[in-house]
Amino acid sequence: MRHAATDSPLMRWGLPVLALALAAVLLLLPLAAVFTEALRRGWEVAVAAIAEPDALAAIRLTLLVAAISVPVNTIGGIAAAWAVTKHDFPGKRVLVTWIEIPFSVSPVISGLVFVLLFGAQGYFGPWLRERDIQIIFALPGLVLATVFVTFPFVARTLIPLMQEQGRDEEEAAATLGASGWQTFLRVTLPNVKWALLAGVLLCNARAMGEFGAVSVVSGHIRGQTNTMPLHVEILYNEYMFAGAFAVSALLALLGLVTLAAKAVLERLSDRRLGSKA
Amino acid sequence: MNASILSRRVLVAAAPALVATQAAGQGAAQTLLNVSYDPTREFYREFNASFAAAWATRGQARPNISTSHGGSGRQARAVIDGLQADVVTLALAYDIDEIAERGIIARDWQRRLPNNSAPYTSTVVLLVRRGNPKQIRDWGDLLRTGVSVVTPNPKTSGGARWNYLALWAWALRQQGGSPQAAEQAVTQLYRQVPVLDTGARGSTTTFVQRGVGDVFLSWENEAHLALQEFPQSGLEIIYPSLSILAEPPVAVVDANVDRRGTRALAEAYLQHLYTEDGQRLAAKHHYRPRDAAILSANASRFPGMELATVDDVFGGWANAQRTHFADGGVFDRIYRPRR
Repeated sequence: MRHAATDSPLMRWGLPVLALALAAVLLLLPLAAVFTEALRRGWEVAVAAIAEPDALAAIRLTLLVAAISVPVNTIGGIAAAWAVTKHDFPGKRVLVTWIEIPFSVSPVISGLVFVLLFGAQGYFGPWLRERDIQIIFALPGLVLATVFVTFPFVARTLIPLMQEQGRDEEEAAATLGASGWQTFLRVTLPNVKWALLAGVLLCNARAMGEFGAVSVVSGHIRGQTNTMPLHVEILYNEYMFAGAFAVSALLALLGLVTLAAKAVLERLSDRRLGSKA
Repeated sequence: MNASILSRRVLVAAAPALVATQAAGQGAAQTLLNVSYDPTREFYREFNASFAAAWATRGQARPNISTSHGGSGRQARAVIDGLQADVVTLALAYDIDEIAERGIIARDWQRRLPNNSAPYTSTVVLLVRRGNPKQIRDWGDLLRTGVSVVTPNPKTSGGARWNYLALWAWALRQQGGSPQAAEQAVTQLYRQVPVLDTGARGSTTTFVQRGVGDVFLSWENEAHLALQEFPQSGLEIIYPSLSILAEPPVAVVDANVDRRGTRALAEAYLQHLYTEDGQRLAAKHHYRPRDAAILSANASRFPGMELATVDDVFGGWANAQRTHFADGGVFDRIYRPRR
């Protein structure tokens, strides 16, 4: 193995500088532009754009969709990760591949799938209409699309860690007479709690920011089925740039707070591990 | 951190307003959803307020009217897929026909309101950049090499279909005009289109803000709106020698209003488009009103020009759609995305 110390100075300094420069140009610059544009006409305009009823409705809807989707995916993700790492069963590899489908499929298709299933002309459309149940172009459709798109986040953060940890502790617990549920709560879950939190936060960031799939199933009714990303598009298309960037900035801020929380958690977890060692 | 505290404060400050609007929505007030196409946003925002006030003076509770906007074809598709529209106000009759085909709207919808159920008309104009550097005067100038044209995708946008048909109608009218010559003209035109957006508004943004293209084939109302929103841009409207009479139609969505019990409200909403108030607002937002007096009062903004109709030139929308825009139609044959 090569050591960093034996690399040429060019490699030691050049690469980090290059990486930082790229990050600044590709990540920080656009982000800075969003905040600058949002405040171009002053705080009052930006705040008014956010306090406007349609914008507030979009903010509430976005938070509501995330508040439903994230817990669903947390439970689903833990179950999936637990199943594939701590148990052997036929079709396990297929399940691992399935978990990643939402990552590899275009979000537009993820949305269309639900229109195909639950739309008025879809497989379950007539059945739903008889019972007066609205899924597409309403909250359930938005939640379904969001859950689909963000499903992998929790599972994908847990699986590598749980694989690495192996099954020794669970087997020991079982030998000592713990039930499956006790093993899960007292052994498995505490071992992965930091990774789980990180996965949940990532899932949340994406759930609030999802555009493609949600756009297909939304119906774009102002004040009702527009989430924040959709509302941004509408404002932009209506020449209300200050408003569009103000809502974008708020959305970006929600994402940044999520990421900051994740960073803090990671540092905390490192310290824990450090003190153990 | 400061910003997140601020946003929380805004939320708290706005909460009473939210509660108030919700309280007003209770009781007998009905909701109405108007599913419309792209460039009508500004018009219907003002029209909704006008209608709500008129409805309230009849002793009814003020209705809550929502709107949804997008490419006309895509919006029709959403209604077919179950979007609970009470009324549709789309870019062309064919899109409403598609909904009627599924039994969601009565087949004879176009005869239920005056003027083919189209309370206002529009046409296609050419929007060019400051000083008209490429010297665009008429459709023929768009076909010169080196002229880059912005127009949305006829598969998803109603306005784009009007653009296409307007050029076709013009080409037929030229010396030696024939369907073959017209097909050559549209083939040439779409070779010069750098990007096909899904709706008219997306194309406007592409042309005006991203600065793509030399000419933008635009709804007349959309062109006026762009001039109004970007007074510094120096954009100019060119009226071609011949264009097409666009009749954006409206209809009550029978299946939905009957289920929701909103028929009376929905019908009154569409009738309000034909009143003096409705016509005046249409003219204000650059739609050509049907009311002759209001039209002539705004004659300077709506210059007289020769307008071909889809019925005369193409034998109606069903024919035009089948021949040109359906899968395997002329457009599919001639359009090759740029590589």
